[in-house]
Amino acid sequence: MSQNSGTRTLISQAQLQRGKGKVVYWTLLSLVVVSFTLVFIGPLYWMVTGALKTGQEIAQTPPTLWPQDPNFSNYTNAWSNLNLSKLLFNTFYYALGAVLFQLVFDTAAAYSLSKLRPVLGNVVLGAMLATLMIPVIVLIVPQYVTVIDLPLVHTSLINQPLAIWLPLVANAFNIFLLKRFFDSIPDDLMAAAQVDGAGPLRTLWSIILPMSRPILGVVSIFSVTYVWKDFLWPKLVMPDGSTRTVSVGIVAFSGGSSVNEVIAASVIAAIPTVIIFLIFQRNIMSGLTAGSVKG
Amino acid sequence: MATMTAPGTTDQLTRSAVPARKSGRRSRKIRDNVTGYAFLIGAIFCFALFTWYPMIRGIIMSFQKTRRGVTTWVGWDNYTRIIADPSFWPAWRNTIYFTLLALIIGYAVPFFVAILLNELRHAKGYLRVLVYLPVMLPPASALFLFKFYAYDPSDAGLFNAILKALHLPTSQWMQSPDATMPAMVIASTWMNMGSAVLIYLASLQNIPGELYEAAELDGAGLWRRIWNVTIPQTKLILGLLAMMQIVATMQVFIEPLILANGAGTQDSATTVAYLIYQHGFYQNDLNGAAALGVITLLALAAFSGIYLRLTTRND
Repeated sequence: MSQNSGTRTLISQAQLQRGKGKVVYWTLLSLVVVSFTLVFIGPLYWMVTGALKTGQEIAQTPPTLWPQDPNFSNYTNAWSNLNLSKLLFNTFYYALGAVLFQLVFDTAAAYSLSKLRPVLGNVVLGAMLATLMIPVIVLIVPQYVTVIDLPLVHTSLINQPLAIWLPLVANAFNIFLLKRFFDSIPDDLMAAAQVDGAGPLRTLWSIILPMSRPILGVVSIFSVTYVWKDFLWPKLVMPDGSTRTVSVGIVAFSGGSSVNEVIAASVIAAIPTVIIFLIFQRNIMSGLTAGSVKG
Repeated sequence: MATMTAPGTTDQLTRSAVPARKSGRRSRKIRDNVTGYAFLIGAIFCFALFTWYPMIRGIIMSFQKTRRGVTTWVGWDNYTRIIADPSFWPAWRNTIYFTLLALIIGYAVPFFVAILLNELRHAKGYLRVLVYLPVMLPPASALFLFKFYAYDPSDAGLFNAILKALHLPTSQWMQSPDATMPAMVIASTWMNMGSAVLIYLASLQNIPGELYEAAELDGAGLWRRIWNVTIPQTKLILGLLAMMQIVATMQVFIEPLILANGAGTQDSATTVAYLIYQHGFYQNDLNGAAALGVITLLALAAFSGIYLRLTTRND
């Protein structure tokens, strides 16, 4: 993600700086900036301001660019009618637990596969990676049946946060990402720690983890946004009004309320992930490309 | 397992001469493996319970029927019933149509957007953030925006207002069976293209500049350079993302659920994923849903097989 203005791309630097190239470049740049802003921010602007309009104003043609008489009643109504504070809290709680479970179990697994390399470790890794090929929707029914009646213990995890946390540990992509990062940490460091008498847990804790902060951050951010965005699974396993997530709540609520309130609720539900993005965008972007293959 | 000892003689020497050390080493090896698996056990448990076991269970379920707590083996019954569902073929037709449209729009657009962004020397960070922003919205939020504001069939809708201002014919969007699928693809592309753009951008930055230089010296114009340098150099990523895109679009679920209230007008929005959901969780036909899941998996496997065959032959 550097300012690599020096490297050559499709069009040469020299061509861009010549008279005609310069004009074309600046026109194109302004066109791109304006059109991208309209396409990607425009709808969001429409959404945020639309929820400030009254029902009549929304149905009016031509539409108004700025609400004539902005009022926040849609937002406040959505907040109280939908019990948004509870739904947001639930989602936050599930997201936090998901981060903890993934960090603990996926990091331990990746560490074992990368550094301890037990017998048949590669077979286990292969079986994990193979699950990436199976579409989520294919597994949804048997997963649900498993969760409502766990094998051997015969209890149900419905409305239990574990129903969200545990399946997320089975995330082959995270384990792969972490394993690749751990692979790049030299074994000599491990050996040195062993000579000093450190066991595997201590080596993980005081050598590997401090060196892996960037990747741990990326995994955490991804798991928070995943939980925040997920819909079908939470809808199935958290069916109660008091345990559901914010996305599920809005959809359940959408049938019986005014358009503007639904939109206001949608705006509120989107705020946390947008804030996370604006704070961590650098980490997110590097994490996104870290997993990709060099083409 | 590789041991740390020097090869050959020393190993043989210790093995024959000092049997006590040998058993010591073996017990250490066992202990190391126990430690290794102790770190793995949590993940293995979750994989076993939530992916490996359900995989097998789904296949078994598709041949069974549970009525009043009694499970019986019914052979192909669930399969014949699910195929006889009047929505079965429309669901496949819609899903394939969605996938093809998504390949044309949702696959080509991000590639060209990435090429464009890679050429710009200014405002790069800003544009990258813009393109990725919708990816961060909860899909439910983004889809309500499209459903109520953009695809409002009256002239007050955002898209119709724009079309009208440009003197183009307006559309009924989700109310019109013909427009349902393209409208779903547009919303889905807007929501998801950010990650593809960023992955392409990263791989474009890895193309050595000398290749473009050489092509230019050979008199290759802009399009020739894209065709003969950019595309071959990003072939691996292009192929990988095509595969990921197809797997993702085969699972389109929340788009029909929210935008079209499920099936849409005359099954115009029913997708395979929606049909699985419909059977499993509305009609209480979990076994039928499992059978449809197995069919989907086989269809994807067959498709991937053909795809891999075609792409590896070209190499």
